[in-house]
Amino acid sequence: MKALILVGGYGTRLRPLTLTLPKPLVEFANKPMIEHQVESLAAAGVTDIVLAVNYRPEIMSAALKKYEKEYNVNIEFSIETEPLGTAGPLKLAEKTLGKDDSPFFVLNSDVICEYPFQDLADFHKQHGEEGTIVVTKVEEPSKYGVIVHKPDHPSRIDRFVEKPVEFVGNRINAGLYILNPSVLRRIELRPTSIEQETFPAIVKDGQLHSFDLEGFWMDVGQPKDFLSGTCLYLSSLTKRGSKKLASPSKPYVYGGNVLVDPSAKIGKNCRIGPNVTIGPNVVVGDGVRLQRCVLLAGSKVKDHAWIKSTIVGWNSSIGKWARLENVSVLGDDVTIGDEIYVNGGSILPHKSIKANIDSPSIIM
Amino acid sequence: MSLKVPSRQSNGSTASTKAVILVGGPSRGTRFRPLSLDVPKPLFDVAGHPIIWHCLRAVAKVPGIREVILVGYYDEAVFRDFIKDSARELPQIRIQYLREYQALGTAGGLYHFRDAILKGGPDRFFVLNADVCCSFPLGEMLKLFEEKNAEAVILGTRVSNDAATNFGCIVSDPQTKQVLHYVEKPESHISNLINCGVYLFATETIFPAIRNAIKRRTERPRLVSYPSSENLDASFFSEKLEDGEKNEVLRLEQDILSDLADSNQFFVLETKDFWRQIKTAGSAVPANALYLMKAFQSQSEELAAPSANILPPVFIHPTAEVDPSAKLGPNVSIGPRVVIGAGVRVKESIVLEDSEIKHDACVLYSIIGWNSRVGAWARVEGTPTPVGSHTTSIVKNGVKVQSITILGKDCGVGDEVRVQNCVCLPNKELKRDVSNEVIM
Repeated sequence: MKALILVGGYGTRLRPLTLTLPKPLVEFANKPMIEHQVESLAAAGVTDIVLAVNYRPEIMSAALKKYEKEYNVNIEFSIETEPLGTAGPLKLAEKTLGKDDSPFFVLNSDVICEYPFQDLADFHKQHGEEGTIVVTKVEEPSKYGVIVHKPDHPSRIDRFVEKPVEFVGNRINAGLYILNPSVLRRIELRPTSIEQETFPAIVKDGQLHSFDLEGFWMDVGQPKDFLSGTCLYLSSLTKRGSKKLASPSKPYVYGGNVLVDPSAKIGKNCRIGPNVTIGPNVVVGDGVRLQRCVLLAGSKVKDHAWIKSTIVGWNSSIGKWARLENVSVLGDDVTIGDEIYVNGGSILPHKSIKANIDSPSIIM
Repeated sequence: MSLKVPSRQSNGSTASTKAVILVGGPSRGTRFRPLSLDVPKPLFDVAGHPIIWHCLRAVAKVPGIREVILVGYYDEAVFRDFIKDSARELPQIRIQYLREYQALGTAGGLYHFRDAILKGGPDRFFVLNADVCCSFPLGEMLKLFEEKNAEAVILGTRVSNDAATNFGCIVSDPQTKQVLHYVEKPESHISNLINCGVYLFATETIFPAIRNAIKRRTERPRLVSYPSSENLDASFFSEKLEDGEKNEVLRLEQDILSDLADSNQFFVLETKDFWRQIKTAGSAVPANALYLMKAFQSQSEELAAPSANILPPVFIHPTAEVDPSAKLGPNVSIGPRVVIGAGVRVKESIVLEDSEIKHDACVLYSIIGWNSRVGAWARVEGTPTPVGSHTTSIVKNGVKVQSITILGKDCGVGDEVRVQNCVCLPNKELKRDVSNEVIM
């Protein structure tokens, strides 16, 4: 089977992290985003993966070589010379996606969930029509495009309603699809939207179905959602009884959902959790309090610091008695001085912070 | 109409000296709230001792002073214990408190108690405002007084031009140190040499000067200084208040000093040492820092020994329990029976008696009130004001807030809660993060 991952551009919404690494390589729960997806696709029997990008960072090639070996898949870049929207890249990759009659997966690289690729393929095969889109239930459908089914059918889509004012349903497009190669004939090689143009055309022919996603779903393209997505992911690991999580019997674990890389060091009298990921080679000092935060590889948190709702970038250092909160995001190699307070600071790489950041701001 | 101040005969080297410390009263010092809700300002501890203790110490160092008079309008009981303790510490000095039954003003109070001051026939006496924090170079004032055969010496200090108009401004002859002109809180810039609130007066000059001022006052309407839009209301208001009573509210600054400047025997000693007013509660933090630094420089045994976790100067009361992993200083005073937990950080702060700071909490630029509790990983924080600044408020997002965070008596800050630039009245529990607020 085949798959296309829509990566797109520079990932500016996830800056300052994406100033250092391309978005697919930013670790989500200690594993690069793209690896979560490659792993799940490979497990569902996918052998050919196309990455639709509109720039080509050299660093990506090396990482992907590794995954090709590790997961026994072929990964190729499909590079847009101009942005082609969400449908154009499919046409651009027609040679791979249309090389046989089997359907292919399409996924948005920002989406994190328990990828149901095998079940999705089975369901798609069962109804036998052109496309299936994964849908997730949301509490506030008015912020999204909502899917409405045919009255007489549980999965066949009747129409899409963009940001409905009145309740018409609560299922929204989750950004994961499985499509027959015939769909490629519906797309022109130009900037075009799969949601706005391609899907409505398939719906018109009564050939598009929805598939309900079990469990959590989150678009983690920006820091706030990256943190929320991490909470959901860790909760789902807990629910599944995953051995990856730190045991609640460890003295520092507080409230569960704590993921610690084996190479990380944790000091004495810490209180960590809930919803914390600690990356490789991280050093956490004594008496540190962490909750709802992400410490990326090589970062260091000194004694008595307090961190909440914050992403600490690679190799960054947090001073003693520092306090970070309110969706602060530190780029690579940022230093926060002792006793400094950071409230919603978005701090670019290699900066050293010596004065409080009292209100949300970007530190260039 | 210029005042004729009687001149004084020279008196030789056997001259005797007294000191008067003006302590004010409970209706003054409202700017010291919320701390003055529980302790009279002069008795508030900075650098481990009451504010007036520092004045008294300076006075005790002047050779030949045998008597100190505290003048104010607090209840007698207020200073009883302080006077008892001080008498034990300074047996050579007689200390008494004289209570005004109504606020008489700084000069009015002196005049009211002139018999007590004149008793024993002192040739001169110091007057110290208790709300002043400085090194009190009284010996140098005395030296200048004798050198110049002065009638009055005032302690002066230089401040920034911006700040000067908030104080009494002195124009002096740089060579002779003679005071040429004195204006209290002028509207426009006159001088950046300001009145420190510390004076040395010849007894035979100052009382006639005050009497003349009283006489002038009863003969014709008060001429304070040129009325400005700012002080016009205030002066009329206070006049009205006193109407019908004996019109005795006389202030040294407004009513006496400008007249003294017309005499030729009024001099200024300009101190290059530290000086700071203790008006607002927040100003106790810089005052604490200045007195601690002074104690450190004079190698006081009272201070905690510097170490990896003690950044000097730090005062720790002998009855306080401080975990060895806590890091304190600089400029920290820890009061009696305070408990400081493991991994706590305290900097530029006063922690008052019986309070507790739990493990890993951080207290910066703050005052923790008596018997208050700060939870684990809590952060209680003020904002440093620039060195040399004479204000304790700062402007944040266009709003004036207190730079020093103050917790009144019996307050609680929950675990992990952050309190920034807040003033918290007594008996409040802070369970969520707060900033830039007064918490009633």
